[in-house]
Parts: sequence; structure tokens; C-alpha cells
Amino acid sequence: MSYFCDKYTIVEKTTLAAGIFSITVKCPEMAKAAEVGQFANITAEGYTLRRPISICGIDKEAGTLRFVFEVRGKGTEVISRANVGDTLDILGPLGNGFKLPQGRKIIAVGGGIGVPPLLGIAKECASDCTAVLGFRSYDRIILDKEFEKYGANVAVCTDDGTVGFNGLVTVPLENTLKNVGADLVCACGPEPMIKAVVAVCDKMNVPCQVSLEQRMGCGVGACVVCSCMTVRNGEEYYARVCKDGPVFDSKEVKFNG
Amino acid sequence: MADLSVRIAGVEFPNPVIAASGTYGNGECYTDLYPLSRLGGVSCKGMTILPKMGNVPPRIAETPSGILNSVGLQNHGVEAFIEYYLPTLKEEGNVIIANVAGAVLDDYIAAAEALDASDVDMIELNISCPNVKAGGATWGVTCEGAAAVTKAVRAATSKPLIVKLTPNVTSITDIAKAVEAEGADSISLINTLLGMRIDIRNRRPILHNNVGGLSGPAIFPVAVRCVWQCYNAVKIPIIGMGGISTWEDAVEMMLAGASAIQIGTAIFTDPYAPLKVIDGLAEYMDKNGIKSLSEIVGQVKPW
Ligand SMILES: Cc1cc2nc3c(=O)[nH]c(=O)nc-3n(C[C@H](O)[C@H](O)[C@H](O)COP(=O)(O)OP(=O)(O)OC[C@H]3O[C@@H](n4cnc5c(N)ncnc54)[C@H](O)[C@@H]3O)c2cc1C
Ligand SMILES: Cc1cc2nc3c(=O)[nH]c(=O)nc-3n(C[C@H](O)[C@H](O)[C@H](O)COP(=O)(O)O)c2cc1C
Ligand code: FES
Repeated sequence: MSYFCDKYTIVEKTTLAAGIFSITVKCPEMAKAAEVGQFANITAEGYTLRRPISICGIDKEAGTLRFVFEVRGKGTEVISRANVGDTLDILGPLGNGFKLPQGRKIIAVGGGIGVPPLLGIAKECASDCTAVLGFRSYDRIILDKEFEKYGANVAVCTDDGTVGFNGLVTVPLENTLKNVGADLVCACGPEPMIKAVVAVCDKMNVPCQVSLEQRMGCGVGACVVCSCMTVRNGEEYYARVCKDGPVFDSKEVKFNG
Repeated sequence: MADLSVRIAGVEFPNPVIAASGTYGNGECYTDLYPLSRLGGVSCKGMTILPKMGNVPPRIAETPSGILNSVGLQNHGVEAFIEYYLPTLKEEGNVIIANVAGAVLDDYIAAAEALDASDVDMIELNISCPNVKAGGATWGVTCEGAAAVTKAVRAATSKPLIVKLTPNVTSITDIAKAVEAEGADSISLINTLLGMRIDIRNRRPILHNNVGGLSGPAIFPVAVRCVWQCYNAVKIPIIGMGGISTWEDAVEMMLAGASAIQIGTAIFTDPYAPLKVIDGLAEYMDKNGIKSLSEIVGQVKPW
């Protein structure tokens, strides 16, 4: 696993929903090294800290990486102003991605802007992947058609019931686990969602990998600001989300720690 | 090409650019981009005699032209440093500086004794960490405290001793004089300035520790002032830091009185920042016919 840092040219940019952008950059060496679930640290011009954004798509042949992000504050707003032909200063690929067993049934559970890093699972696992994707409302739904395009079975949930299942992702998750079963659950989204998903997996005795967020400095393991309480060999330890994660085995993570 | 080498407390640095403690791990994190040997030295993550867990996250907040951090000295302990990190550091790097912190005097002494028997080139005494409840900066804010810990560590090691000062004091020059008198070979400054940010939506401080240390370009003028004042107060060489991000900043810091510099937060913005500073310094020397950087140290012409 090695990473790079350079300025890379944007080759495609689209809008997926209000304030949610998809940006594809030409970065052959980075694309070659990237794995599903890793992230990159992107410079927001004029700000001290880079912004961590997950890798949503890897095209090793075209030599491109795709990022899907939502404008949340000033930094993502600056990044969103970059257009095709402009360059972005990117440090990546960083961290550990999902460990995907071959030929096994995987359920990818995503909430809101936690959905993009899961798309790669659908690409790799096709019909072995079931995606349970939760959004606030119909106008926040992103990427569901792309999961389907890769052959995944998709269940969309909305908090307000405007599309798909009206309620939390844990309900379709539990139903799928009961009816079809799965060898692994992969989750990314807001912390309450992740905790609820882990609780279901624990109850049903299914392994679960979670992708976590924390405020970061360096992104490469040097500053230990991005800590997350984990338990390894019975010992509590602040792991680094950027280097030891962002994907962790849920059994290792001590939530509320 | 220009000769960038500098000498501090008898230790030769191939160039004056050192990675600042706490921002560069133990030198292992950036080798994908460039070899450690490009830097004049590295000041390793602050270490304590026993491993330390660190503070509850979030531990970082962005601020205008800077950041606040409240890591709280998370580290694996001196023994693990010597056993696991130091051999590689020695092999791959130039000057290796062990940054040492503690709660009570005995912690500092024990760490210094262990490091004295190791291969580190220098010890940087951190009496300026704002993020731990016991010890840390409490040693660095009074002349008595600073003198006592310097004296104790001086007796425990024959390694070149740098004492790292906090700017969170009324008179930094009094502290500088106190540690010089007790046998410090060099001083490094500044550590971070105590700060705070609040999320107005939930009225919570962004840092779980409520307060944290401010670093980055925002503190550069404060750092230049502190270095200049200390240069005029002590004879031992000064390692200047605080907000340096360009070679121009490095020259400015040297004109104020620094013999070498450390770069920290700027590396988060641009991991290549230290190399750009080194290259910029070389070009500056060539263009201005400067043979040795010592020619510019402290050469500001005050009004
Ligand atoms: C590993 C990882 C992967 C991520 N992947 C994506 C993604 O694919 N798409 C996406 O839209 N968002 C993603 N995020 C969240 C994204 O990093 C934040 O939304 C973004 O940093 C906010 O920056 P800002 O300048 O807009 O907000 P501001 O609030 O102005 O940011 C201020 C500071 O806080 C940090 N910060 C704020 N919110 C977060 C957060 N949730 N996580 C970490 N740092 C934060 C910023 O990086 C910045 O340093 C990811 C976060 C992490 C840690
Ligand atoms: C995340 C972080 C961790 C730090 N940890 C230490 C430490 O362990 N020991 C220490 O002496 N200084 C520590 N510092 C202070 C820096 O070494 C430096 O003095 C300060 O950040 C000012 O320089 P800068 O503006 O170039 O970052 C830390 C700074 C940061 C940002
Ligand atoms: S962000 Fe620096 S260690 Fe994770």
C-alpha cells in the first residue's frame, strides 16, 4: 500500500442532487493503488486542512478515481467550485478499505453521504451484493441506479417515506439477513445508523465492517488526532481512523469510547 | 548548490529544516513521498516514560490560517520508541531528536536516562504541552519549574539538550534565561498557543478537551517575536518554529535569531512543504551569495 500526492486534472463533473457533486480525476498511479473503501485528502484552496473524501469509483484502466461529496461547509464549497480541466491537489489513496471475501454474500448498508464508498462493493461483488441505502427524502437519493447497474439488489429507504421503505435501514437489513442471509455486512453513514447496524449484526451473529469518520490532520498516521476507541486483545487503544481505518471490524470498535 | 548545513550544540544538520514534534510521527509516515534523509532532522512524537492514551476525540479543529489540537501526548512510551522506531529512524534519517514529556520530575529523569543509553542524537525537553492536565506546560510557565526540570534532566543525560518553550507566559525571555543557566544546550520555540473554538449550533467546544493548542501560519508573527526576544536574551542557539510554511518564513525566522527551524502544521496542508523550504533556502543563498546560513542568523536590523 503506497500513496501519492500531486495535482490531478478533473475529467468529469456532475451534480447528483442539490449540493452533491461527483468529480472524476485523472490520476493513474493513485487509481492503480486504490482499493474499495479507501479515501483521499483533498486540498481546499485557502484552508489549512485537507478534506477527507472517500473513493467512490476506481477505474484502473482509465486511470481515474471518482469522488462523490456533499457541500457541508467552506472547504467542500471551495472544492465544489473546481470544474473539468481544473486540477485538485490530492493525497491518496489512504487508509484500509473493506476486506471483501470472494464469492460471498455481502450487504452494503449506507446512509446519506455514507453511500459513495460502498459503490465499489457493488462493482466487485455484483449480484452477491445487496445494497440497503437510506436517505432523508426523495431529493437526496444518490447512486441507487448505479448500484443496480452493477447487478446489486437495491433497497432504498427514506426517512419521510417519499421513496421506497419508510423508515430506518435496519429494518430491510434485518429482513434480508433473516430471509436470504449474508456472510458480511459493510456499513457507512451517520454514527447512530452505524451503531444500529452493528447492533443488528451482533444480534444475528454476522460479521460487520464499518467505515468511520473523524476530524483529521495529516491523513497518513503521523499526528494521532483522528482517534477512535478500539479494543484489541482485550486492551483499549485509540486507533487512528486515517491509518488503522477508516474501515474497522465492528468488533474492534468501542462506540461512545 | 549552496551548503545548507548548520551546527547546533555540536550536532551537524545537513540542512536547517526539522520536522516538528507531533506532526511527523516517528518519521515513518511520509516515506511514500520522499526519504527521511531529505530533512535536516526529525523531532519525534512527544514521548513519556510509560505509554499514554491521549485525550478523547475530537482532537482537532480548523481555525483561520491554523488549527487547534488536543492530542494529549498519545504515545507508545520511551521503551517502544527505542526498540521499534529508533533503529529505522537512525538508518533512514539525519538528526534524530527525542521529544520528551512527563507529569512529575521523575518521569522526565527516567525518560532521559533511558534515552541517554540510546542512539538518539538530541533530546528536546517538552515543558510546553498545553494538552495534558498534569505536568507538561505547568513546568514551562514558571522560571523555577523550567529550571528544576532542566537541571534534573541535565544531570541524567549527556546528550545535547534542547528545551522547548511555551509562548503562554508573561516573559518568555525569563524562562529562556532560566533554562540556559541550568545547562540547556539549545532552546526551541514556540510550542502552541492555548485556544478554543465553539460550535454555535450545539454550543459545544469542537475539541472534546474544550481547549487546545493553536499552530499554523496564524501564530507565525508571535513565534518570530518570541525568537527575536530570546535571541537577545540568551547565548545558546535557538530552533525556531510556529507557523513556518514557506522558505521566506524560514529566512524571516532565521533573521529573528533561529539557527534552524521546525515545520509542523504546514505539512498537513502540503506534505512537500519541508522540501520546498529547503529548495527555496538553497536558491536564496545562491542568489544572495550567502555561503553559510549562520551569516543571516539574528541579522534583523531593528529600528
Ligand atoms: C474517512 C472519511 C471519508 C469521508 N468521505 C466523504 C465522502 O465520500 N463524501 C462526503 O461528502 N463527505 C465525506 N466525509 C466527510 C467530509 O470529510 C466532511 O464533510 C468535510 O471535511 C467537511 O468539510 P467542510 O470544509 O465542508 O466543513 P467545515 O465544517 O467547514 O470543516 C471544518 C473542519 O472540520 C472537518 N470536518 C467537518 N465535518 C467532518 C466530518 N464529518 N468528518 C471529518 N472531518 C470533518 C473538516 O475536514 C475541516 O477540517 C468523509 C470523512 C472522513 C473522515
Ligand atoms: C497535532 C500536533 C501535535 C503536537 N505534538 C507535540 C508534541 O508531542 N510535543 C511537542 O513538543 N510539540 C508538539 N506539537 C507542537 C509542534 O511541535 C509545534 O511546536 C507547533 O505546532 C508550532 O509549529 P507549527 O505552527 O509549524 O505547527 C504538536 C503540534 C500539533 C499540531
Ligand atoms: S489524521 Fe493524522 S494520524 Fe490520522
